[in-house]
Amino acid sequence: MKLIVCAKQVPDTNEVKIDPVKGTLIREGVPSILNPDDANALEEALALKGRYPGTTVSVISMGPPQANYMLRECLAMGADDAYLLSSRAFGGADTCATSTTIAAGIRKIGGYDIIFAGRQAIDGDTAQVGPQTAQRLGIPSVTYVRKIRQIKEKSVIVERQLEDGYEVIEINTPCLLTAVKELNDPRYMSIESIEDAYKKDIAVWGEGDVSLAPEDCGLKASPTQVFRSFTPPPKGKGEMLSGSVTEMAAALIARLNEKHAL
Amino acid sequence: MAVRIIPEKCKGCQKCVKECPFGAISMQEKLAAVGPSCTNCGVCIDICPFGAIEKLDEGARGVDTTLYHDVWVFAEQRDGALMSVSVELLGEGKKLADEIGCKLCAILCGDGAEGLIGELFEYGADKVYYADAPELKSYNTDAYTKVIYQAIVKYKPEIVLLGATHIGRDLGPCLAVHCGTGLTADCTKLDIDPEDKKLMQTRPAFGGNLMATILCPNHRPQMSTVRPGVMEKPERVIGRTGERIDIAAAFKDGDIRIRVLEVIKGLTEQVSLTDAKVIVSGGAGLGGPEGFELIGRLADRLGGVVGASRATVDSGWIDHSHQVGQTGTTVKPQVYFACGISGAIQHLAGMQNSGYIVAINKNENAPIFEVADYGIVGDLYKVIPAILDVLG
Repeated sequence: MKLIVCAKQVPDTNEVKIDPVKGTLIREGVPSILNPDDANALEEALALKGRYPGTTVSVISMGPPQANYMLRECLAMGADDAYLLSSRAFGGADTCATSTTIAAGIRKIGGYDIIFAGRQAIDGDTAQVGPQTAQRLGIPSVTYVRKIRQIKEKSVIVERQLEDGYEVIEINTPCLLTAVKELNDPRYMSIESIEDAYKKDIAVWGEGDVSLAPEDCGLKASPTQVFRSFTPPPKGKGEMLSGSVTEMAAALIARLNEKHAL
Repeated sequence: MAVRIIPEKCKGCQKCVKECPFGAISMQEKLAAVGPSCTNCGVCIDICPFGAIEKLDEGARGVDTTLYHDVWVFAEQRDGALMSVSVELLGEGKKLADEIGCKLCAILCGDGAEGLIGELFEYGADKVYYADAPELKSYNTDAYTKVIYQAIVKYKPEIVLLGATHIGRDLGPCLAVHCGTGLTADCTKLDIDPEDKKLMQTRPAFGGNLMATILCPNHRPQMSTVRPGVMEKPERVIGRTGERIDIAAAFKDGDIRIRVLEVIKGLTEQVSLTDAKVIVSGGAGLGGPEGFELIGRLADRLGGVVGASRATVDSGWIDHSHQVGQTGTTVKPQVYFACGISGAIQHLAGMQNSGYIVAINKNENAPIFEVADYGIVGDLYKVIPAILDVLG
């Protein structure tokens, strides 16, 4: 099988803090990481590679040149090759434009059976680029995949997570699946594989390499535009209760009853 | 790049370099320079002391927006019951439609789901577009995308709203690609620009650390998914009716490439955080999975449900379905108890619109107290039993 994994380098938004005085983001010292759901996507592809001899795993990403560190990490986890879509023309892309670019990159790689992506990236949380890439490639997709049950000759049987349970879905191949964290536990890099990862070349493709015109990419191909961004206003500070534990408990219930909240 | 540094005005102070949330600005020859990771968020424009950064209008070419009318809500049904987020969207959609001066419509897919049409009228829909076919009985990405896309092409709505459920977040992106339009995910606020009647879509970005207002100026429909529990449900007006429009639903071989073999419900305990009036949530301060037993006792006593912080879910103390926050569920109960939760920004993003927030934490400096209406500094293992005693 030929498997392709879509991955994104993201700032670790869990490490972001807000300056309590200025109300602005403190970005310094925030590390860039492989997006967590994408690590599950990669792990699933690598697990299939382990089970089905002859399987290859390619990783593709769109991002600035420094995203190649994240791609090295993917190689060190066991991916066979990696491709970075990087160009100034890709800047300012919304999900619509991003999926066009990723799909063009995947078309150039070609010959795939299953494409894996993470459900969503932690910096945008949109969950759109995976299914949109599938639509652009003309292949079916299942989002929120929590388990792969069976690989058949022309289809795959997967479990799709719902809010209150799951669905069992059979999907024709080639197809695209987006991974949730329940799918697996991503492996660590090994020392030897880190060394090997630095011996490999990562192909860097601009818009011309994937047969796109500059106006098909980035901001120029993005229907949505950010009108403004702001840090969420903090809610006004409430009342700190005081006294013994019993007094505080009684005061709390009295306050909530006064407001008819309980 | 849509953001431009005006070289004559830039003094090289580096304020924008430090403040850019995406690390997209660097110094080149003593002046700021915008790099490819710019997302056009505009933070730098506001913070530049010299007015040296401007936004360029070089967005994508669009369509003739005057051809598009009406607000549509995707009426999501599961097992023949309308999802509560769809009802919330009818309430919000009505406000938007009134401000624009257009009609509110619902689009419903199902197999013998006519029974829901009246309900949609009673919740405010002026028109209901209904597609009926065996393939549409329950959600199927391919089948729903085809039918709704065709309806959008035919009837040209200017706004389409979907619930940000696992289904809405699957359907929305597919529809947007086919329509060649934008989609703003997980909106928490929708407004109409009073001047040009465009939809202003506000959503948390960057893990909830930033809010962004997004426009889709030149493409139609303007599409948003909206988190369950964020918008107000409208009053149901029994007997209210409207216009029913049946839409075609025909499939040929190859249209549907995925088959739902079975649906398994409630293997994990059914948690309806979005509908709960009271939520009692536990965080890392519980110290271990057994702490959720005490949390559960308080939740049971108050007729509420158990929530959890990301830290406890990541530690495997409780199932993900309980998680409140940016990557979990957004909740808006009447009362939210945060017990042993420090209040990471991701958690706050998911619960700060609750009616009343009660924080119980040992650390008096925990950020959770910044959003709490009532704060108790103390050991939750003493405070919660005391509350249970008071409740009797």
